[in-house]
Parts: sequence; structure tokens; C-alpha cells
Amino acid sequence: MHEVQVRKKLIFVEEIFHEGGPRASTPLRRAAAMAVIHNPFAGRYVEKIEGFMDDLKPLGLEMAKSLVAALGGDPKVVEGYGKGAIVGSAGELEHGALWHVPGGYAMREVLGGAKAIVASTKKVGGPGTRLDVPITHINASYVRSHFDAMEVGVSDAPRADEIVLALVMTTGARVHARVGGLKASEIKGEDGLR
Amino acid sequence: MKAKIRKIVTFVEETHTEMGRAVDPATRRAAAVAVIENPLAGKYVEDLSELMTIGEELGELLTQRAVAALGIAGSSAESYGKAAAVGENGELEHAAAILHPKLGTPVRRVLGKGAALIPSSKKRGGPGVVIDIPLGHKDAAYVRSHFDGMEVRINDAPRANEIVVAIAVTDSGRPLARVGGLTKDQIKGEDGLR
Repeated sequence: MHEVQVRKKLIFVEEIFHEGGPRASTPLRRAAAMAVIHNPFAGRYVEKIEGFMDDLKPLGLEMAKSLVAALGGDPKVVEGYGKGAIVGSAGELEHGALWHVPGGYAMREVLGGAKAIVASTKKVGGPGTRLDVPITHINASYVRSHFDAMEVGVSDAPRADEIVLALVMTTGARVHARVGGLKASEIKGEDGLR
Repeated sequence: MKAKIRKIVTFVEETHTEMGRAVDPATRRAAAVAVIENPLAGKYVEDLSELMTIGEELGELLTQRAVAALGIAGSSAESYGKAAAVGENGELEHAAAILHPKLGTPVRRVLGKGAALIPSSKKRGGPGVVIDIPLGHKDAAYVRSHFDGMEVRINDAPRANEIVVAIAVTDSGRPLARVGGLTKDQIKGEDGLR
């Protein structure tokens, strides 16, 4: 059991009206929540780290709820999601992997049982490192219009003994999505894939 | 609205600890950033009044967005700043036309007051250019605890024919400010300086 020490919390919200094409009748919104936390395993090799996943669950839930709030408060508007972590230089990539379970669990909990795996990425880096968080449809990973990504980062984080945790939610397809593939309207919703 | 907005991005940042010491209440700042078409890109135009009008519109819109992102009344804002980044087909003077002649009045209207100069920065750059928005107390420029800056960055803007316009608002000064100088409770608020 490790205390989760949060130095900073950040929320980014993007509202996209067009990208050179026709103006969207409903603008696409993408939101990212980030928390800069102390890495309790920084600076040494620790074999048993799994317990920290449970410690992170309350923070994950708080971040997922803050994302829904940033998108207007109704979880039903959320169609895409993703997650990621940036581990400071005194930590391991494996410490970033601790975010898979609590980050994913939190978003499913708040969104009411989303079926698709939560797309994710992670890296080790210094302050200001940017992370392109991948995004896919919450119920069917193959929905092509919802493949997206959102760049996140914090100018002064992660310090060497910190981790930046990120969750991302979107309200729809890319603003001018038109490359075919499985459509959101065609989702069967049985296996999380199609 | 004259401004042709491609996207609006808001950033909210809360600092809860610094060097292991609690920051209570957390310091909070927000930036609202618009990506707009530069109507004068690619040619020399003598009269910049179109951009001045756009600045006036964005002064109101972005200040409202920033204050809403913080969830505070405009009158509770403590410091502010503004910045613009012009894409490669524009002039630095285009940023000046947006920021300086008309943008400040609606900012001050939304915040209720604002005797102090709004600190500003401008640059020309490509997509993803880092913008450091200077911050200063809104009623007395010499309040030392509120000299600060907020970094924002939008990975896909400004494109060559775009301008990124940013307004930052805080409800607090730096975390753990302790370098003396004029404090906010000493503000006379008559000349915008002290």
C-alpha cells in the first residue's frame, strides 16, 4: 500500500469545428485528464509493484469523472477513449504499465460498461515529454471513424521521480472521417471488437 | 462572428504540492486558446482593422471560456495574460493587431476589473509551437507573487494560414510564493501598478 501523492492535476478540452472541410454541425470534443504523481518505486528496482494498481483506483475514478464533467456531464456523449502514462527518468516503463488496470477500470465504471479494450501507450521521458494517446471506440475497437489520438504533456513533468497519468475521452469520430470501414452504426457490441 | 474558428482548446492546471510541501488551497490557472484562420495570410495588407475586430471577439469568448473552466466568477480571477502565435504565412504584426488594440476591453468586462496592463507575448511558428503566456496580477502589475507564465501548445496549429490566440486566467499566484515584494492584500488598485 503506497499513498498516491498528486502534485498537479490538469484538464485539456479541445472543441474541433472543422479541419479545412465542411463545418461540423456538432463539433467534435476531445478531453484529457492528467495527474502528476510521485513514483513510489523511482530510483531502485522493486520486484513487487502490483499492489499500486489498487492504490491508483480512486484517482482513476476521479479523473474519469472529471473528464465526463469536462465534456458536459453526460457519460452517454462519450464515444472514444484511450489512456497513457509518462514515467520520469528514475522509473521504469513497467511502472507506467501499472496504469492499465486502474485507468481502464475507471473509465468503464464511469461509462457504464464500455466493451472495447482501452487503447494505450506509455513511455519514459523528462519534463515536457509529449505523449500521443491513442483513441478507439468505447464499444468496438474496429470502428474506423473513431481511430484518433490526442497529444498530452505537462511542461514541468514528469520530474525524475514522477509519473504523468493520462485518460482521454472523445465525443465522436474524426471531424472529417471518410475512409470507410466499420461504422459506429454497425456495431454488434458482443466482443468489443465489432 | 468575424473570426473563423477551427478549434478551441482549454487547459486547466491545479498544483497541489511543490517540493513535497502541500499547496493548500491548490493554485489554479486556465488558458482558453482559439485556432483561427488568418484572413491576411500570404500578402501584405496595410489596414489590420479586420484582425482588431477579431481580437475584440476573442477577448470576450476566450475569457469567458477560461473563467468557466476554472468554475469561478470573473471577479474572482487574480491574474491574467494573453498571447498569439502566427502561422508561417502571417506577420508578427497580425498577432499585434489581435492582441493590443481591442482585445483587452472585453477581457476586463468579463473579469469585472483589470486595472493592470495585460502581459502579452507573441511569436511566429509552425504547428505545435510552444506558447508561454505571461501572467501578472490583473489589478496591480507589481504584485510579485503573481508574476508567472503558463505554457500551452496545440500539436496541429498554427497551420501556415492560421493564428493561435490564447488568454490565461488564474485564481491564485505561484505555488509557495516567497520572494517578497508587493502582496495582493496591499493593492491600492488605482494606477494598475500597485
